[in-house]
Amino acid sequence: MYDFAYHKPKSVADAAAAVKKASDGKLMSGGMTLIPTLKQRLAHPSDVVDLAGVSDLVGIKVDATGVTIGAMTKHADVASSADVARAIPALAALAGGIGDRQVRNRGTIGGSVANNDPAADYPAALVALGATVTTNERKIAAEDFFKGMFETALKDGEIVTSVSFPTATKAAYMKFPNPASRYAMVGVFVAQTASGPRVAVTGAGPAVFRVKAMEEALAKSWSADAVANVKVPAEGLNSDIHASAEYRAHLVTVMAKRAVAAAG
Amino acid sequence: MSTSVDVTLSVNGERVARRVEARRHLVDFLRLDLGLTGTHTGCEHGVCGACTVRVDGVIVRGCLVLAASLDGATVETIEGLTESGEIADLQTAFVERNAAQCGFCTPAMLLTAADLLSAAARDGAVPSREAIREHIAGNYCRCTGYHAIVDAIETVATARAGKGRS
Amino acid sequence: MSNVSKIGDRVHRKEDRRFLTGTGRYVDDLQLSRCTHAHFLRSPHAHARIKGIDTSKAAASAGVVAVFTGKDTADAKVGGLICGWVVKDKHGVPHKAPGHPAIALDTVRHVGDTVAMVIADTAANARDAADKIEVDYEVLPAIVDLTKALSAGAPQVHSDVPGNLCYDWELGDKAAVDAAFAKAAHVTKIDVVNNRLIPNAMEPRAAAAEYDRGTGNYTLHTTSQNPHVTRLVLSAFVLGIPEHKLRVIAPDVGGGFGSKIFIYAEETLCVWAAGKVGRSIKWTADRSESFMTDAHGRDHVTHAEIAMDKDGKFTGFRIDTIANMGAYLSTFATAVPTYLYGTLLAGQYTTPAIHVNVRAAFTHTTPVDAYRGAGRPEATYLVESIVSKAAREIGVDPAELRKRNFIAPTAFPYQTPVALTYDSGNYVPIIDEAMKLSDYAGFGARQSAAKAKGKLRGIGISSYIEACGLAPSAVVGSLGAGVGQWESAQLRFNPTGNVQVLTGSHSHGQGHETTFAQIVSDKLGVPMDQIEVVHGDTSQVPFGMGTYGSRSLAVGGSAIMKAADKIIAKGKKIAAHLMEAAEADIVFENGTFKVSGTDKNVPLAQAVFAAYVPHNYPIDKVEPGMDENAFYDPSNFTYPSGTQICEVEIDPDTGVVEIVHFVAVDDFGNIVNPMVVEGQVHGGIAQGVGQALMEAAAYDNATGQLLSGSYMDYTMPRADDLPSFTLGYKTTPCPHNPLGVKGCGEAGAIAAPAAVMNAVRDALAQVGAQDRIEMPATPQRVWAAINAR
Repeated sequence: MYDFAYHKPKSVADAAAAVKKASDGKLMSGGMTLIPTLKQRLAHPSDVVDLAGVSDLVGIKVDATGVTIGAMTKHADVASSADVARAIPALAALAGGIGDRQVRNRGTIGGSVANNDPAADYPAALVALGATVTTNERKIAAEDFFKGMFETALKDGEIVTSVSFPTATKAAYMKFPNPASRYAMVGVFVAQTASGPRVAVTGAGPAVFRVKAMEEALAKSWSADAVANVKVPAEGLNSDIHASAEYRAHLVTVMAKRAVAAAG
Repeated sequence: MSTSVDVTLSVNGERVARRVEARRHLVDFLRLDLGLTGTHTGCEHGVCGACTVRVDGVIVRGCLVLAASLDGATVETIEGLTESGEIADLQTAFVERNAAQCGFCTPAMLLTAADLLSAAARDGAVPSREAIREHIAGNYCRCTGYHAIVDAIETVATARAGKGRS
Repeated sequence: MSNVSKIGDRVHRKEDRRFLTGTGRYVDDLQLSRCTHAHFLRSPHAHARIKGIDTSKAAASAGVVAVFTGKDTADAKVGGLICGWVVKDKHGVPHKAPGHPAIALDTVRHVGDTVAMVIADTAANARDAADKIEVDYEVLPAIVDLTKALSAGAPQVHSDVPGNLCYDWELGDKAAVDAAFAKAAHVTKIDVVNNRLIPNAMEPRAAAAEYDRGTGNYTLHTTSQNPHVTRLVLSAFVLGIPEHKLRVIAPDVGGGFGSKIFIYAEETLCVWAAGKVGRSIKWTADRSESFMTDAHGRDHVTHAEIAMDKDGKFTGFRIDTIANMGAYLSTFATAVPTYLYGTLLAGQYTTPAIHVNVRAAFTHTTPVDAYRGAGRPEATYLVESIVSKAAREIGVDPAELRKRNFIAPTAFPYQTPVALTYDSGNYVPIIDEAMKLSDYAGFGARQSAAKAKGKLRGIGISSYIEACGLAPSAVVGSLGAGVGQWESAQLRFNPTGNVQVLTGSHSHGQGHETTFAQIVSDKLGVPMDQIEVVHGDTSQVPFGMGTYGSRSLAVGGSAIMKAADKIIAKGKKIAAHLMEAAEADIVFENGTFKVSGTDKNVPLAQAVFAAYVPHNYPIDKVEPGMDENAFYDPSNFTYPSGTQICEVEIDPDTGVVEIVHFVAVDDFGNIVNPMVVEGQVHGGIAQGVGQALMEAAAYDNATGQLLSGSYMDYTMPRADDLPSFTLGYKTTPCPHNPLGVKGCGEAGAIAAPAAVMNAVRDALAQVGAQDRIEMPATPQRVWAAINAR
């Protein structure tokens, strides 16, 4: 790691001010991505602003309409929340499948969402469930939030404060992990939402995307068979030593099928 | 702007106050500043798990935590868990089942196993071998093939559950 | 007597306490006074000319003590790193041995090649300074694809090695093989790739060097499997520091698997620079350095053909292999694809004519050398793959075809057509036991049940032989080895009756501190807690050739037995004197000297005390003291054998392979500690399964970049990737060493790749895809094999 100045503000306002003041400030939530990046000297921020001191950002609220999770809530806490498990069981299960035990105890939903790693799990849940990202400045619909590989609608210094998920009548997430890293090589989140079925895919492309053809098929008939023959084009999907674009495209259909079956 | 930070924390029950470079991670802090060399770094990118330590009661990757962020925190390492006797039965089971070979991953493996055993005690259940394997999946061991480690953890989980009931 | 252990007992490991309490002492745990830290600047290019290098900004960076480049080491006449085994090609010409400077001079030849060394007060400052070194590279075309390295027009790795050919070697009778093929009833052909692996010991390599200005003595603490060999090579070939002025200590070492046998640039430079700057220097690799610079393993491409008569008896076997050496020759690189590979190609079979041709190629990749099994896994994978393929082709059960060709138990010692003489073995009972433990007979029903669920089940057999217990010095010397391969032991009793066992075999996970103590306890009747095994320090242990090739117990253990025999012989003289009996009448039983036929006795501890306090002592016939030294040079290799049977289930929708059952039955000769042996087998299988299903070092053919350079891309077997294993044993004692032991450290890794891949191929045969899969059989590859049309 290069040298940097470290700040641990107690409020969102102070955090925003600290980032603004720094010549090249970087926000840190769980640090599960930022710290490896710093260690490899791929980033050289002047200041790191740690959000771990902002207690307002931690917590889970569940009501009749959905689940709101504070940005600094850890994956392990979402995974083990009985309230989340009751309201949106697929969301708790997704959180319980991120990384490994040690990472889930440290990594946060806000960090995952703001980082928008193409292989992260949460973006699929946000898009499929039609979640809303709340920042210190505004509310952003999930679909408008995730822009591209590691790109979001966040402006410089803008801080994610919470994510709100509406409940769905049915939902499930199926992940095919990268054999080495265990990140999603393909992850498919399916949900029967108030506005109809939604299918969101992570890991396969540069960023999370919806599969409209599957959603239309599910609107006609919510069944694994309905999506079994819906293929996504390989063009534009990620390709690496673990999976070609063609293999990823194939896995999208397989995982979608399994997710629909699991959602019941 | 200073790149060092004052922190006061509890390490294995002792109050520790130090000035640390912001870029120093927890394992370097433990090893270099406190001489607690039982915690190791195996990959430095948050995958192999050799750096596993307990922070505020939960296991984390020590190589992905800044020491600077731990003002007021409670940190426990293999040295502390040994001293307190909390994992004495687990250590015995590792010996009886030959669950350590080169020993490099072992302290971290014990921390993760202890975490599973506490969770199992809370749930009042003996974890299956599959559940044990899943729980320790974030700790690489290149020597044992994990079989003996799973045996040892299973033995302790079963024994502790038996004690709980009696 | 309290806690005397016997050979064969499941004795708990003496070393465990420190490992389980966080008090192990690994190199990086050392705290040296006034210590500096080294950082190595590494080449980002696979092949480039260094046109210029400016270290001035680095030298002026905070905390920097010194910056060294290749020019500095050349000016100081630091020798190049060596390869210690001369392989002569088919015309008797020694292999090409291009220079291997510790720091690159004018050309870098693989990603990670050393470009400069920075020494600073802290590791972070050294790294900061290294970032400030300006290197002007002229990037050159690189060759990393082994199949193209020997082709005309391939980029040249070394200007003095035309066509990148290190050697073109052969073994066996080509004419006899050709004759066998001319008469064959059936010929099976196969092409296999033995994937390149990265060893990944969990402890990264590390070095800490000290220089004492007052005495001129150097001390190197290093992650080594053979500290004496490190000292010998550094002294005699590289640095010129006399052996007696260099102490090498390998303390607790966190796994090796071969990768810590070799003498690398980093420890070499730390020793040299410690003298130069007059301060201690410490270096620990980060994982990306481990990926780029630890010697890799395997990496062969092979075409082979086997000839059979009408009964399925193998009559001839021909093999053509290209082996990757990487950019430079590592310490034992040349021997691995020749004498540790070609000689094993008879397997467990009576194939009368075998010919193997091996061409070794340089590429712009990390050097390749011995990794757990070293040559023998490559041989076993080839032999066992082609045998199972042949069985499928001629419609014979693969177990039956193996049995038809096994060497009979009455045929030992058995001379193979590829140089080795197998000493002992009995293969049929082993495969029978493996078939029983795996319910081989019930497989058909399980396969049908799986098929009904839409899954593809397969079962695979691998019957391996290995030559280990390296090795008779005269034999390896005649084959080109630069060293002897005996082992030393010293039993140093103290006056109070306890004993230090000094061994040249280093332990880095194998449990020598227990197993070797067990031998002494059994042999001399000394309680386990009175025995301390000392290893890994050139200033304590007389000498040692180290730990590799499953040799520690067979060779190092035998040396301990020899030393113990000397203790008994000397003790008899003392006891005879004390009991006023004839030496010929003294027997030694259960730790006590007795006059046979009487109840007179002298416990060993009493004889030891008398030897150190020789008041009533046969001083005219026997020297005082009880301290015996022995060197053991084996008369042959040892030949462990066994059969593994793996059963897999493939999900054709995803290509995921699940191992549902894994059985290994081994003949390791006598077993000293069954618990330790189980651990060795488990760990070996895990690495073999890793090779078969997960692990591969991948290079980008265009740029030569290492694509699998971290755990994000190199798939290490995790706990939930592996099954539990079912083990069994059959024993034919080794006839030529005093313990009757054969060695167990590599067997799992040697046999498992073929067992797994034969199972995968068997499963894929249901959809006709059995010949479309290579290691590692990752989900993507399996899916692609199933769906290739």
